[in-house]
Amino acid sequence: MTATQNRGRRSASSATDPLLKLDNLTTEFTTLTGVVRGVNGASFQVNAGETIGLVGESGSGKSVSVLSALGLIPDSARVVDGHAWFRGEDLVTMRPRRRADILGGEIGMIFQDPMTALNPVMTIGAQIDESLRRHSPELRTRRQRRDRIVELLTDVGIPAPRERVDGYPHQFSGGMRQRAMIAMALANRPQLLIADEPTTALDVTVQAQILDLLLKLQADTGSALVMITHDLGVIAEIAKDVVVMYGGRIVESAPVDAIFHSPRHPYTVGLLASLPRLDDRRAVLPAIAGQPPDPRHLPAGCAFQPRCGQSHGRELCLQRPPLAMVGPDHISACHFHAELAGLDPTDAPEDVPQTEVPAQPEEEE
Amino acid sequence: MTARAIDRPTMPAPEDRAILRVTDLTKEFAVGGGFLKKATTVHAVNGISFHVEPRETVSLVGESGCGKTTVGKTVMGFYRPTSGAIQFDGREVGTLNRAGLRSIRRDLQYVFQDPYASLPSRATVNSILTEPLEIHGVGTRSSRQARASELLDLVGLRPALGARYPHEFSGGQRQRIGIARALALEPKMLILDEPVSALDVSVQAQVVNLLDRLQDELNLSYLFIAHDLGVVRHISDRIVVMYLGTIVEYGDVEEIFERPQHPYTQALLSAVPVPDPRNRAMGRRRLLQGDLPSPTNIPSGCAFRTRCWRATERCALESPELAPSDSTALSACHYTGPGEHA
Repeated sequence: MTATQNRGRRSASSATDPLLKLDNLTTEFTTLTGVVRGVNGASFQVNAGETIGLVGESGSGKSVSVLSALGLIPDSARVVDGHAWFRGEDLVTMRPRRRADILGGEIGMIFQDPMTALNPVMTIGAQIDESLRRHSPELRTRRQRRDRIVELLTDVGIPAPRERVDGYPHQFSGGMRQRAMIAMALANRPQLLIADEPTTALDVTVQAQILDLLLKLQADTGSALVMITHDLGVIAEIAKDVVVMYGGRIVESAPVDAIFHSPRHPYTVGLLASLPRLDDRRAVLPAIAGQPPDPRHLPAGCAFQPRCGQSHGRELCLQRPPLAMVGPDHISACHFHAELAGLDPTDAPEDVPQTEVPAQPEEEE
Repeated sequence: MTARAIDRPTMPAPEDRAILRVTDLTKEFAVGGGFLKKATTVHAVNGISFHVEPRETVSLVGESGCGKTTVGKTVMGFYRPTSGAIQFDGREVGTLNRAGLRSIRRDLQYVFQDPYASLPSRATVNSILTEPLEIHGVGTRSSRQARASELLDLVGLRPALGARYPHEFSGGQRQRIGIARALALEPKMLILDEPVSALDVSVQAQVVNLLDRLQDELNLSYLFIAHDLGVVRHISDRIVVMYLGTIVEYGDVEEIFERPQHPYTQALLSAVPVPDPRNRAMGRRRLLQGDLPSPTNIPSGCAFRTRCWRATERCALESPELAPSDSTALSACHYTGPGEHA
């Protein structure tokens, strides 16, 4: 539904069928204090070769939506409704054996922390080899596989790949480990890459290297990318379409330019306005009041309503807002989305209340 | 933020103004070693000098391993400096004994990064806030309780919440409690070690605004340790950019962000993703090659030379001193100057 309906504008290059399509996906966790909905009716789609950004704060359901579609959720969690179509097959109802063929094969995964995602007692080469044996039977000999592994490590920019292939994860730096994990995700030429906060644990200069690498590899291989992150800067740099989640639901979804320059949900607007920027001259950041909601106790109606700068306590906000079409490929779950039309939070007036201090020469230490 | 005095006399004796003055600070750690095995030395901080003036925010900026947290902890007296001087409010921190450090802590407090790990889980918020007062023998039981309520109010929490335990609060609220605890003794200065980086994006701005307001109301000085350059830009008056334990650039925040002179600062700033799809920096940015060298084995000469696109033979031989550059900031580079790109 929703985001999936109006993709008609897609250029001829993209297939008519989406690669991955979540349809009303709903996941529940059983906890000591009751059943918690981690994701509630999430629908969006990823087309071949495209990059979609999934944004939200902790507990918003951004990771759970994709991970539950892939069956990568703990036993306490269960998909209770909805489908996740991958090339015409439903990942949710699929037999686990078939899903295991797809994961690591046609779908590659990159996780946040390479130190926990990689096996510490296996060499990098052996870990990639394991995946190649499982998913790429055409590489029959050890030799062929080893050549492919060296090729992969070269592609992701690991220096001296012929030696590093026999290294263990702890012998790699953080950035190199992340590169190794990307090599593993790419091993079987996936059509879809899912990256869950792949650069969050990295320093900015390393993050820039990794994002650059992901974009280059994506251009070379033509795979689609789902980037799950809380960092709006990362989203702005690489995504084509953006899905914003809050309290387990999609609150806005649009092409990246619309999300940043004509957002139509108060949460997106507030988030963009509150970001401290490198070119910032505002004295006070316009913060969103309050805290992200506890998924166990979501507010009635619109989950964002208690923090919303647009609601002004209007009663309608106590009813759940429907996802409304507000522009080309642009949906928003706000009763009052029309009031936000024409607003661009990035050109908020720069107030410069700090008295300009005349430039003074630095005093010597 | 706005604390820099304009009416400063033309030739101030800097010692008179600075609340914190760090001079040629070096901190080394011995790691490993043992029976018949020599320990290796981690050169965490190598001879850095900077100062913080009253009501000013100075930020230590750099990537993991650059030594910024070590500086904060050494200033706090958690570590003894290997060499160099740390003068806080006229007193030398590095040589103080326990009692001396305790007296320093009435005026100098630390806010930790992780609001989940830095608050005791079995104490109520009220007892967390009154404990520093008890330790320092301030007030009576009832005046301490009153102070706890006042502190909660100061950081924007309802005083009634004081009877609760930390686990009942969200991350942003816990960080407010951590800040309130640091303020209990009415310090002159706070060392803030990544105080917002563990918080959700929508909550970060609240805490940044709170820190701004508290600085104005309480005339605080801040030493701010952070890697988020957007936050640094917003909150700082001056910044110290560090790489592998040395200062590469030091000066006015606006000057350094607008006209970075040191190649590392240029690479660092260009690496920050821009939250505007119409201004994508991908492809235009200065990507650093290679990895950070190990602080056990720092390159000779300029520590940054192994990854620097301007490096020549000279950089391996002579280590550059912090010196005036084309901007008002000080830069430690033999070939200092504005970036060639963007």
